[in-house]
Amino acid sequence: MAGLGAGTAVLALADARFPGGGHVHSGGVEEAVAAGLITGVADLREFLFGRLHAAGRLQAVFAAAAAHAAAGDAGREYWTRLDAELDARTPSCAQRAASRAQGRGTLRAGRAAWSSGALARLAVATPRPHHPVVLGVLAAAAGADPRGAALVAGYLAVSGPSSAAVRLLGLDPLAVNAVVAGLAAELDGVAGDAAAAAALDPADLPAPSAPALDLLAEAHDRHHREKGRLFAS
Amino acid sequence: MPPDSHGRDHGHGHGHRHPVSLDPAAPAEPDPHRGPPLPGRAFRLGIGGPVGSGKTALTAALCRALGRELRLAVVTNDIYTTEDADFLRRTGVLATDRIEAVQTGACPHTAIRDDITANLDAVERLEERHPGVELVIVESGGDNLTAVFSRGLVDSQIFVVDVAGGDKVPRKGGPGVTTADLLVINKVDLAERVGADMRVMVGDAHRMRGDLPVVAQSLVHTPDAPEVAAWVRGRLSARTPAGA
Repeated sequence: MAGLGAGTAVLALADARFPGGGHVHSGGVEEAVAAGLITGVADLREFLFGRLHAAGRLQAVFAAAAAHAAAGDAGREYWTRLDAELDARTPSCAQRAASRAQGRGTLRAGRAAWSSGALARLAVATPRPHHPVVLGVLAAAAGADPRGAALVAGYLAVSGPSSAAVRLLGLDPLAVNAVVAGLAAELDGVAGDAAAAAALDPADLPAPSAPALDLLAEAHDRHHREKGRLFAS
Repeated sequence: MPPDSHGRDHGHGHGHRHPVSLDPAAPAEPDPHRGPPLPGRAFRLGIGGPVGSGKTALTAALCRALGRELRLAVVTNDIYTTEDADFLRRTGVLATDRIEAVQTGACPHTAIRDDITANLDAVERLEERHPGVELVIVESGGDNLTAVFSRGLVDSQIFVVDVAGGDKVPRKGGPGVTTADLLVINKVDLAERVGADMRVMVGDAHRMRGDLPVVAQSLVHTPDAPEVAAWVRGRLSARTPAGA
């Protein structure tokens, strides 16, 4: 059951205005655009649908588990194991780096707004925590339940990349917003599934994946070093 | 101290609220703004301004002018990531490992103002790699007249415009021109060729900025930007308590 103030925290964490460093990540969109895989709104819709069910689902699962554990006062050992389990489910080194970069930024920005004992224990266990884990702990500190935390993580998995597509391709932002809004039922399902798995042991959490996203992330990283890119991932 | 603290906690997590009076006749409250940064972390100087106004050239000039007396490092925010950083490396004004380039996700003003995370991370990487670094220059990507640095990222900021951009630029105002701690009018050697009236340009700049300083310069005439370097020295010594 979500507590008082949870709604504001969920909205603020999912807001593009939240200063956690998310705006420099495209979630593979920049590389997909460069490779000609996304050229318009229709392609973007397919890409975001896939991203929500792979990266988004994984992030929702770990945000929900983190929110559940934070509410239950998990100790340092739990956070270390959760971190290792998310590493194990993220085969791309570039994606692990992108997740930790956003996690660190979110920790820094979130600590000023929603500090908690769980956040302090997480920071001690993992100074550069994964993004969805920090989201879950912050959401829990504000009284949100695992489902609320999963909604934030799943939404961010598509909202940031959709904004990157608008900037890179000059797509109609009204149409792109409609695409994101059109994923509402999918996102509800992803968040519900994640919340249902939140109490599992970290090793038993689901492990959805999308090799194409892993490959895009690695290609982006390689091309970034060769010729420069606008986004960090 | 938390591992990623960036040293900006000025003591407002201490459990009480500061009363705010909206009565203009009330006695002045203590200055609510942050004091000079604590010794122990580098002074952070932002350099912003429109595309092509000479931000990177000024950054390089400051590295030449101050590099022997200060431990320096630079963060660049270029559109395509490494253009400005590469320029600084090529000119040899700074060791390669003292330059960090950040990606701005196609929004340079967001990265220096609304969401400073990528830049804070870069500054902290430089501070970790070079303990004792005294001055970190954060050069923004070229942007518009409204792009200013967040006070959460830099301690002082310079806004750079240039004569070739038109002598009406200072008159147009915007937070960059009106609020930067120093306004630099660059490339004054080109004034005659582009038909810019320096008297008007400098006059407008002072009119828009009140008491805030303005420097008109040409890096062709004075490659080491002596007036700007002197201003930076003044800023740095103002933060160091006398006798420290």
